[in-house]
Amino acid sequence: MRAKNKRLLTGLVAVGIVALAVVLLRGHTFAVLAPRGTIAAQQRGLMIAASVLMLVVVIPVFALTFGIAWRYRASNEKAKYTPEWDHNIVAETIWWAIPMVLITFLSIITWQSSHRLDPFRPIASTVKPLKIQVVALQWKWLFLYPDQGIASVNYVQFPKDRPVDFEITSDAPMNSFWIPQLGGQIYAMSGMSTHLNLMASQTGMYQGSSANLSGDGFSGMKFKAEATTNDNFANWVSGVKQGTTQLSNFEYDKLARPSKDVQPMYYASKDSDIYDRVLAKYMDPSDLKMEMQHE
Amino acid sequence: MSLKQTADIEKVSFGFWVYLMTDLVLFATLFATFAVLRNNTFGGPGGHELFKLPYVLTETLLLLTSSYTSGLMLLSAHRGKKQAVLFWLGVTFLLGAAFVGMELSEFHHLAVEGNSWRRSGFLSAFFTLVGTHGLHITVGLLWMAVLGFQLAKKGLVHSTIKRLTLLSLFWHFLDIVWIFIFTIVYLKGTL
Amino acid sequence: MNNLAANWLLGRLTLGDFKHDLIQMGGVLAMVFGVLAVIAGMTYFKKWRWLWDNWLTSLDPKKIGIMYIAVAFVMLLRGIGDATLLRTQQALSSGTNHGILPSDQFQQIFSAHGTIMIFFVAMGLMFGLINLVVPLMIGARDVAFPFLNSVSFWLFAAGMVLVNLSLIVGQFAATGWLAYPPLSELAYSPGVGVDYWIWALQIAGIGSLLSGVNFFVTIIKMRAPGMNLMRMPIFIWSVLGSMSLVMFAFPILTATLTMLALDRTLGMHFFTSVGGGDPMMYINLIWAWGHPEVYILVLPAFGIYSEVVATYSRKRLFGYTSMVWALASIVALSFLVWLHHFFTMGAGANVNAFFGIMTAVIAIPTGVKVFNWLFTMFRGRITFATPMLWFLGFIVTFTIGGAAGVLMSIPAIDFQVHNSLFLVAHFHTMIVGGVVFGYFAGFTYWFPKIFGFRLNERLGTYAFRCWLIGFTLAFTPLYILGLMGATRRLDHYDASLGWQGLFVVAGIGVLIILMGIGFQILQMGYSIWKRHETIDTTGDPWDGRTLEWSVPSPAPSYNFAVIPEVTDRDAWWAIKQAKPIAPPTYEDIELPKNTPFGMYIAAGAFAVGFGFVWHIWWLAAAGLLGALTMIIIRSTDDDTEVTITAEQVAADQAAYAKRRQT
Repeated sequence: MRAKNKRLLTGLVAVGIVALAVVLLRGHTFAVLAPRGTIAAQQRGLMIAASVLMLVVVIPVFALTFGIAWRYRASNEKAKYTPEWDHNIVAETIWWAIPMVLITFLSIITWQSSHRLDPFRPIASTVKPLKIQVVALQWKWLFLYPDQGIASVNYVQFPKDRPVDFEITSDAPMNSFWIPQLGGQIYAMSGMSTHLNLMASQTGMYQGSSANLSGDGFSGMKFKAEATTNDNFANWVSGVKQGTTQLSNFEYDKLARPSKDVQPMYYASKDSDIYDRVLAKYMDPSDLKMEMQHE
Repeated sequence: MSLKQTADIEKVSFGFWVYLMTDLVLFATLFATFAVLRNNTFGGPGGHELFKLPYVLTETLLLLTSSYTSGLMLLSAHRGKKQAVLFWLGVTFLLGAAFVGMELSEFHHLAVEGNSWRRSGFLSAFFTLVGTHGLHITVGLLWMAVLGFQLAKKGLVHSTIKRLTLLSLFWHFLDIVWIFIFTIVYLKGTL
Repeated sequence: MNNLAANWLLGRLTLGDFKHDLIQMGGVLAMVFGVLAVIAGMTYFKKWRWLWDNWLTSLDPKKIGIMYIAVAFVMLLRGIGDATLLRTQQALSSGTNHGILPSDQFQQIFSAHGTIMIFFVAMGLMFGLINLVVPLMIGARDVAFPFLNSVSFWLFAAGMVLVNLSLIVGQFAATGWLAYPPLSELAYSPGVGVDYWIWALQIAGIGSLLSGVNFFVTIIKMRAPGMNLMRMPIFIWSVLGSMSLVMFAFPILTATLTMLALDRTLGMHFFTSVGGGDPMMYINLIWAWGHPEVYILVLPAFGIYSEVVATYSRKRLFGYTSMVWALASIVALSFLVWLHHFFTMGAGANVNAFFGIMTAVIAIPTGVKVFNWLFTMFRGRITFATPMLWFLGFIVTFTIGGAAGVLMSIPAIDFQVHNSLFLVAHFHTMIVGGVVFGYFAGFTYWFPKIFGFRLNERLGTYAFRCWLIGFTLAFTPLYILGLMGATRRLDHYDASLGWQGLFVVAGIGVLIILMGIGFQILQMGYSIWKRHETIDTTGDPWDGRTLEWSVPSPAPSYNFAVIPEVTDRDAWWAIKQAKPIAPPTYEDIELPKNTPFGMYIAAGAFAVGFGFVWHIWWLAAAGLLGALTMIIIRSTDDDTEVTITAEQVAADQAAYAKRRQT
């Protein structure tokens, strides 16, 4: 009777958990597992492959743990008991070898994917990449379109199926630039530029955020990333250009002051040297001189 | 010396070696930092404009000599000659104090000329690395002073011989660290 | 003029620094009343003398160990209290609701939570257990440097006080538990919070470093005759590994914290974003300490599991040699993986791949350990006492957490989960499931050796169940949330994301863990109340295998009446199997005298820390001078030992033999 009750209870709990999971998870985006871009899709593929590889170890370990624990419980007098048996070369070789083989596989995957999915690596495409410069501010993201001559805050738009080369720096504490559905993620650091190359494969509005704590307004430091068609993008650019607000260096300095939960803003034009000025602000003057000679 | 005392000395010196090793990691961290920041002068002067090799060479000689005299100190201790120990301890102290004095004077000069630790990452790393060594030397001087009094009071007994051994280890260790500082910071900095 | 005097006297401390809002005030009051209640109780029961003579001034590593563990448990309450607040905030703060905590406070709380849990709970439990067990297990009467051990403990305590003081006076760092610059630099964090963080860690960290040296030397130099390296119990091996890591890693922490402090107090440019500083160097340095730190914590837990599993399976540990090599390779590898904490810095594909592969390689020796544990159980006679339950819980959580860890070792995957709640779930799985469960197992296992009676099993089981269920509920949602794109450290999120339900579940999980802690407190109280029922007269309640079980419970101050001769890996098991030997002859035993100097030195260090936090320079100078003076006075004192006569030892042993028979 008691055993039956117990089983019933276990069953109810299991059903409850499943029901709860369904209620909690239904209809929500698993951003990382629902890629809308080529990089994120490859990253998800990797994740699944590695998980399967891991299950090769995890499942036997679970089975062995509970099997052995049950079989050799003290009350089971029938089970074999060999209190002095403390090593076996064959067995130990096997469990040094199996993880080694698995990790070798994994290492190959790691090596190849690290190069293939290096955020700095331009995405191979027949279309010329769209260049967008990103500045992390306290606490908002500024997007500069050097070729289009416009700028926006906490909103970024680009056409799908066209590689986007985000060039990222910071005029604030370190942040991390992340659009989970398109692929992630790279730090935004002052005095240096990092690159994140992404390409959307579907149109849509995606969440972007900072993944690295940057101070008081950190939680509100999120943006919308919209992938559109080429035409819509062109329309949007010309729409923004018709606006009246300009991002001069003077305006920029005002914008750079700390502010929280900032709504999207658009600038019809911008001073062309904003990004370089932000970079230079934190660079060693001697390095800067060298870089200029280089160019 | 009793068996127990020998075991004690052995244990304590092993412990002290281990401590010195951790101290070496500390210095290694500061050296690594210096290596990263050595070119971050941020428009300020670099090593070749700041360091005067003859001056630093004098410092080095002072320290090397003091290492030698601390060795003589330990030798005298093993021969049981208290007066000689005190004499060499005194000489080592004076040499060490002269070294610290020279270092402070160098720091002072740099600071008044506007090249303090605030000037650049390079100078922060320089002052901290060299200063940490100087701080160790100062602690060593304090140790010598205390040990001098203990020696005068108690003579060459188990506890004082043990401490003399450790002190001498410490002093040689700081000498070796200084050789690295001399080479990496000053020599490479000026060449 | 008046102002100048006040500045000189109090630095930047003003009355305003005592002002708090409601929730902070609750914490302050709880803390102040807790301390007052303890003081009142001690006074009422006239226990001050007893506390001073038997505990505060003691150099007995067993007593120091208990004090470590006591501090760690109190800090666990603080840490879990912080965790409750964090999850409450996150469960509420969706859409238009902004929860109960302003951002700045929320950030201080998670920074304090991490700092306290790692430095004052996990490290405290670890050094506590090491103090309790290591000398007993290697057949030694003491540690190599008993006085230094006391200094270490008191530095740990001083750091703990400093962290908690930040709640009452001023504020704590709002920068995360590792205080990355440039956020932690003056430009972005001008308050005293980061300074509290720096000095609490600096003081406690130096204590840990000294402990590391101390126990390393203890294990190398003070083993009983016959115990060669390959006869050391695995727990001793694991502590040796952990202490070697302490010796190599903690100096890096000391140097790094010093540099950050120099930036903040003297205007240097180590990690500033301007002036030629390099914030990325800090991140490298702090993880060059931080990653080994994880292994510093988990290795002793591995050692505990090894002892527990062998004892409760009534079988020799399987694959001892494999275990030792696995341990050694983990120690070596732990210094080659730090960069995996920031693949996203953009160091380039080659560098990332190298560190990713090194990280995955650590899974090999770890996996070997798991299989050896399982085969220790294989063909054994397993009793499911609470330590064994903690072990089984560990295997499950650790395997899952480890698999998640291997996933993240691939840089391209890490880009998608870095700094997300997936990561938070992963490292909690490792540190709660791996480290904390292990220390709980060890605490229950060795409790009778130290106190002379066993802990109540039933309440222990309840505590375990609550912890395991609570843990699963608290962290499974975080794995999912991470995959949904939720980053860590958010005090608010959009309602449309649909994260709230999962945060609520995670919050419920924390409450269930709280219940587990409740059961642990209950277990302690009940076991003390009913201690006569579980009294351990044999000294060997679990039919143990290693030397600590060969002495009476509670272990006498000198541990061993006669230093044992070791002939086997399971030294005590071998002695038990052998025929009884002739009654031993006892000798006088010398033990270190009690001394309050460790406490005085730490008090000096505390003054230095507090002085630097608030820029009260005279206090810092006085603290430094005081500590130096104390060290000098102590070093001139040659009368530091007390003798326990052979007669006294013989009388102890006779009394113990009599107790065994009844």
